[in-house]
Amino acid sequence: MTTAPPVAPATAAAPSTIHRWTPVSRTASSALAALLLVLAFAPLVFTPEVTAKLTTLFVLVIIAAMWNALAGYAGLVSVGQQGFIGLGAYGVFLFVDRGVNPFVAVVLSALLAGALAVPTSLLAFRLTGGQFAIGMWAIAEFFRLVVVNTPSLGGGSGRSLTDLSATDPAVRQAQVYWLALALMSALLLAVFVLLRSRLGASLEAIRDDPVGAASVGVRVTSAKRLVFVLAAVGGAAAGGLTLANTLRVQPDSIFGVHWSAYMIFMVVIGGLGTFEGPIIGAIVFFLVQDWFGDTGGTWYLIGLGALAIGMTLWMPHGLWGTVARRRDLELLPVGYRVKTPVV
Amino acid sequence: MNWINAIVQGVMLGGVYALFACGLSLMFGVMRTVNLSHGDLAVLGAFLVAVLAAAVGISPFFAVLLVLPVMGLVGVALQRGILSKALRTGGMSSMLATFGLAIVLQNVLLEIFSADSRSLEVGSLSTAGLQLGSSVSIPYLGVLTVVVAVALLGGLQLLLARTGIGRAIRATAADADTAELVGIDSRRVYAWAAAIAVATAGLAGAFFAMRSSFSPSMGPTQLLFAFEVVVIGGLGSLWGTLVGGMVLGVAQTVGAQVDPRFSIVAGHAVFLAVLAFRPQGLLGMRRSRT
Repeated sequence: MTTAPPVAPATAAAPSTIHRWTPVSRTASSALAALLLVLAFAPLVFTPEVTAKLTTLFVLVIIAAMWNALAGYAGLVSVGQQGFIGLGAYGVFLFVDRGVNPFVAVVLSALLAGALAVPTSLLAFRLTGGQFAIGMWAIAEFFRLVVVNTPSLGGGSGRSLTDLSATDPAVRQAQVYWLALALMSALLLAVFVLLRSRLGASLEAIRDDPVGAASVGVRVTSAKRLVFVLAAVGGAAAGGLTLANTLRVQPDSIFGVHWSAYMIFMVVIGGLGTFEGPIIGAIVFFLVQDWFGDTGGTWYLIGLGALAIGMTLWMPHGLWGTVARRRDLELLPVGYRVKTPVV
Repeated sequence: MNWINAIVQGVMLGGVYALFACGLSLMFGVMRTVNLSHGDLAVLGAFLVAVLAAAVGISPFFAVLLVLPVMGLVGVALQRGILSKALRTGGMSSMLATFGLAIVLQNVLLEIFSADSRSLEVGSLSTAGLQLGSSVSIPYLGVLTVVVAVALLGGLQLLLARTGIGRAIRATAADADTAELVGIDSRRVYAWAAAIAVATAGLAGAFFAMRSSFSPSMGPTQLLFAFEVVVIGGLGSLWGTLVGGMVLGVAQTVGAQVDPRFSIVAGHAVFLAVLAFRPQGLLGMRRSRT
């Protein structure tokens, strides 16, 4: 996303250099890595109540980063990612019922949802733009209704994860927290590496002009599919973590379209198409949620919706995107910079 | 005989779905954007009709006629206030902004009217029908809905084919920039398209409310059904919208006949099957794949 300064004329004495890291971004990245390490010790210091809240925050960061990878980099706006969140949560039962450890089951369930995303993409990719967005919603509804009509999953009233209820709550909360932290770190790293790879450049090209990208040899569909699968894995991991955190799941809430509202809100607030934006958006959203208490209130949702409209229209780059553009900042560099020697 | 009745009921239901889909399809065709608040605008229309009919003590049918121009103005406001700016920023912003609007609308309606379901009283018409044999009945309200849907789609077809504004709409849909060059004001065309689309959404909401109970939270489901109708019928085909509505309606009622739990799933399954085997829709032309 970095706008490169004009390339030096050929007569310049020294050639322009292309680089990624700046002193600021080096410091920021190391600080973030250090922060993640420090966060690993949180259960030893804080009460389970605090770690439960932080677990919620990690889940929000995961879904915001995944939605951003989809929409902000691959150009795939979806309002159906809750389908994968729900599948991830219910997939846990699939493995737990066969005697798998619940925490391993969360990871396996996320991978299973990723596998399911491949055939899903075959159907969904027949639609583009806004049609893809609602098409994914219809597919998520289809998933929900399949779950509701499966008696072994508890039908419409949902199901509890009893395998974890036996563990000491404090120990369980710490374990869930560590799993959430590990999964968030791994998924953020995956997005970071993906965006920095050759594929990252391809994706931005696709987002800006799919036909143009295809004409210069980008394999548009397979690049999109890779991000789609990654986003499905991430969404499903968030679903599994939500189940492990709350121990109970209901189809109407885990497959609810409010997840999409949250994802869109966080990414739009933070800055679509920046790596840092969704993380900041998730933190803002988490604080707002914490201040306003329970998320069911109508005025709260009216405020979220209005803010999403306002940000989209008047601050389309989001909080972080606006600051980053003005200051030419990038904390976790996924793009390139061209440095032109001053002649 | 129950099966025949299920199909008859499905065709009637399809009339409502075609009404829902008509505006969504028009807006997509002209502005290349999917209005994610379409379902909630329909619910808004239903509530306006209900409130007006109750407050003034008039028949809902008369109230609909008064509400339609209001919904048209809502459409113009939507275009002027949100879409015109969002369309300039890029295709993605119009989706995000209309999704935000959907959430605002739904929750404002919840705040004013509570989550209770209510229904639009149309007197004896809600139950009256032509009884054929022991189990098949053709409800007059359903027939009326289908007639209105056919008239609306036919009228829209005539408007697009024969009138000046229709030509302007088609020109803008094909290429807005070139249309501007020959003197077509795309802002005006978009405002017209949005007005027609939102007014038909209100009409659909009112007819839905006459046949079954409605509540503020039903908007998203109606948006999904409308969208599925557009895909099943085929993009850019007005008669496809009618066929798509009937196919979705019949799928749901026949699914319900098998097992009441399968009603909505059956509809989604038909949508996915069309997507898999006939992505251009039942009546759509084959598009070049990019």
